[in-house]
Amino acid sequence: MSESILRRNPRQEWILRNRLHPQHQALLHQQASSEPIEWIGPQGVKRKAPHRVGFIGPKGIRRIDRSGGQQGSASDASRQAATASMSKPLHCIENPKHRILVVPDMTGGRLTSQDKDLLGLAHQLAALQDATSVVALIWGEHKETQLAEAGVDELIQVDDPQCLGFSPDQSLAWLLAVEREYQPSYWLFPDSGLGGGDLGRRLAVELDVHAATGLWQIHPSGDGVQCVCRASASTQDLTRPLPRVVMALAECAEPISDTLHAVNQLTLAAEPVQPIVRIQDLGSVAVDPASVSLAEAEFILSGGNGVKDWDGFHETARVLGATEGASRVAVDDGFMPRDRQVGATGTWVTARVYFAVGISGAIQHLQGIQSCDKVICINTDPGCDMVKRSDLAVIGDASDILTALRRKVSDLKQEKRHVA
Amino acid sequence: MSLNQAPRVAVLLSVGQHPVTRRPRRADQDARALELALNQPNTDVVPIHVGQASSETEVALRSYLGMGVSQIDHLEVSTTREDILPSLAQHLKQLNVQVVLCGTRAETGEGSGLVPYLLAKKLGWPIVSGLASIESIASGSMTFLQALPRGQRRRVKVSLPAVVAVDPASPPARQSAFGPAQRGDIQLVPSTSMDAEITDAESDRQVWQYQVAKKRPKRLKIIKATSARDRFKAAAAKADASGGKVLQEISADSAAEEIIKLLKEEGVLSTNSSS
Ligand SMILES: Cc1cc2nc3c(=O)[nH]c(=O)nc-3n(C[C@H](O)[C@H](O)[C@H](O)COP(=O)(O)OP(=O)(O)OC[C@H]3O[C@@H](n4cnc5c(N)ncnc54)[C@H](O)[C@@H]3O)c2cc1C
Repeated sequence: MSESILRRNPRQEWILRNRLHPQHQALLHQQASSEPIEWIGPQGVKRKAPHRVGFIGPKGIRRIDRSGGQQGSASDASRQAATASMSKPLHCIENPKHRILVVPDMTGGRLTSQDKDLLGLAHQLAALQDATSVVALIWGEHKETQLAEAGVDELIQVDDPQCLGFSPDQSLAWLLAVEREYQPSYWLFPDSGLGGGDLGRRLAVELDVHAATGLWQIHPSGDGVQCVCRASASTQDLTRPLPRVVMALAECAEPISDTLHAVNQLTLAAEPVQPIVRIQDLGSVAVDPASVSLAEAEFILSGGNGVKDWDGFHETARVLGATEGASRVAVDDGFMPRDRQVGATGTWVTARVYFAVGISGAIQHLQGIQSCDKVICINTDPGCDMVKRSDLAVIGDASDILTALRRKVSDLKQEKRHVA
Repeated sequence: MSLNQAPRVAVLLSVGQHPVTRRPRRADQDARALELALNQPNTDVVPIHVGQASSETEVALRSYLGMGVSQIDHLEVSTTREDILPSLAQHLKQLNVQVVLCGTRAETGEGSGLVPYLLAKKLGWPIVSGLASIESIASGSMTFLQALPRGQRRRVKVSLPAVVAVDPASPPARQSAFGPAQRGDIQLVPSTSMDAEITDAESDRQVWQYQVAKKRPKRLKIIKATSARDRFKAAAAKADASGGKVLQEISADSAAEEIIKLLKEEGVLSTNSSS
């Protein structure tokens, strides 16, 4: 019963009215977090306390922050984010009649943007038939946490160690096993060099389908689906009926953004028979990272005005096996050649991992690294923009940390050689 | 093939098209394939073209001849729609070829990049694409480097006979010289295949339409926000903290540990190379 007895606290009310009182802010916060702004009254009517909404800004004007982050606590914001993702409708197909198979490239164990576009395309096709689920086929382990958001209804994970390297015959055998078991209505591959492009063509030839390659658009029409593909070295567009096997370019469709998907695991009843191995993967060859062009390097170590020890910097790049990049200041000062400049007036890089040492993160520089996946930085200034952009930021002196890094990596290599 | 006999490498040459002037020329990737074959010591290089005879074909084939080959076998087909594979496969078998080199995609026509795969299926040989440079052609197997994205290379061994498609990352072809181009010989080989009738696939292809390539629409940044505040924020946003980890007041050693951990997770740090 005690909570139904309303007791006023005149002193507290006075402090709440007097915004110059030293305890005003603290009390306001306390109130806001303890007492709700909205509640359902005894008659079942929603009640609001408008005086408790918002806070008084420095100029004495009430400010209302509708993001919900006003109460200030981080847990609130994260709860909001969680509910936001939960509130996406779940797209669930109980007993799929048809299946569309997508074989993403999963570069570095994550869906590439082309893979996501491809899943979007698969859903466009799935919408044309009833009860069609989109199945992703993934080789081995992956690091992707967003499969549900990207539109994977069902997942086939092939745990065959032989498929991890380059073993097209083995991979093809798995695809054919999937074909036999599930009879997908479409096979979608990213049309990318040696990944999906190669495997897709092998499958198409094996299934005796004249595949669509370089597809970039589909038009559902009355009696089927037409597709538009790039032909003749991208100088012509070919419009043709959509075949069963498709290799699509990047941006062929919008990725899925507003539904969640179930990601049910599918299994294969029968493992494929071992094909004769005629193609052997003898492992990757060490290439000189300096010979790789900056635009297509996978791992870039980039130095800026904060690098004092340039010999150490070059040595680190060699030990890590990274391609070297630089900010404009480092180039202008003559420490690095012009073709190594990253940014708006230099090269737009696509590295998966970008390691920025002593770079402040000017907007012209950040533009150049827009498409980088993971950014690491070393900087003495915790407030600079590069730290905000980074996935891992180390605050400290660049020379010391690079020296430690060189020593540790060399130690690792030594160990490895002793073990081997 | 006996051990001391030079391996025979066939190179498939097609008629290319200059990207700007649309004039016939040697196809870039096919020329690279020929370049790789010509640079291989102790090999018997057989350049082959399949197609209709015309003045454009002649121009293109002459520019291959200008690279220093004395003769090109031209397998003639009667119509553009005739399937080139049966006669090509037969010719390759007759010649007792060990390796067939070709480009990845043609510069004219559909340019789907399916021909090497179809040819390999027809011959029952393995096919590998992405050839960047040949290391060795020994009896029974060929070792080469395969071009991976981002300038990486992989060593691959394939058992012969095989079809190998050349990657655009392979070394560029030499210039074509005028004199040898005029002196070279284009040997017409009449088509031997019997089945010149139009297949099912051919009649399907009648409904295909080619147009000049349209510029692809640029993707717009679509902001799906439920409230005006979110839309405004998205429009006016500056990249704010991405929720990354910030390590402050940490020793250089442990910072290095953390960095190495991330690099290993991403798989960009190879600890097995010697240095
Ligand atoms: C039209 C135009 C185009 C431009 N185009 C480009 C471009 O393409 N690319 C580009 O890079 N820039 C470009 N710039 C320049 C850009 O605006 C910045 O001036 C430049 O990027 C800054 O380089 P920086 O980060 O290396 O140097 P600074 O801004 O001087 O940053 C140095 C950083 O190093 C840190 N630091 C200092 N000492 C240490 C230490 N011992 N250890 C660790 N960290 C340390 C500092 O905290 C600081 O954050 C352009 C500018 C203009 C006007």
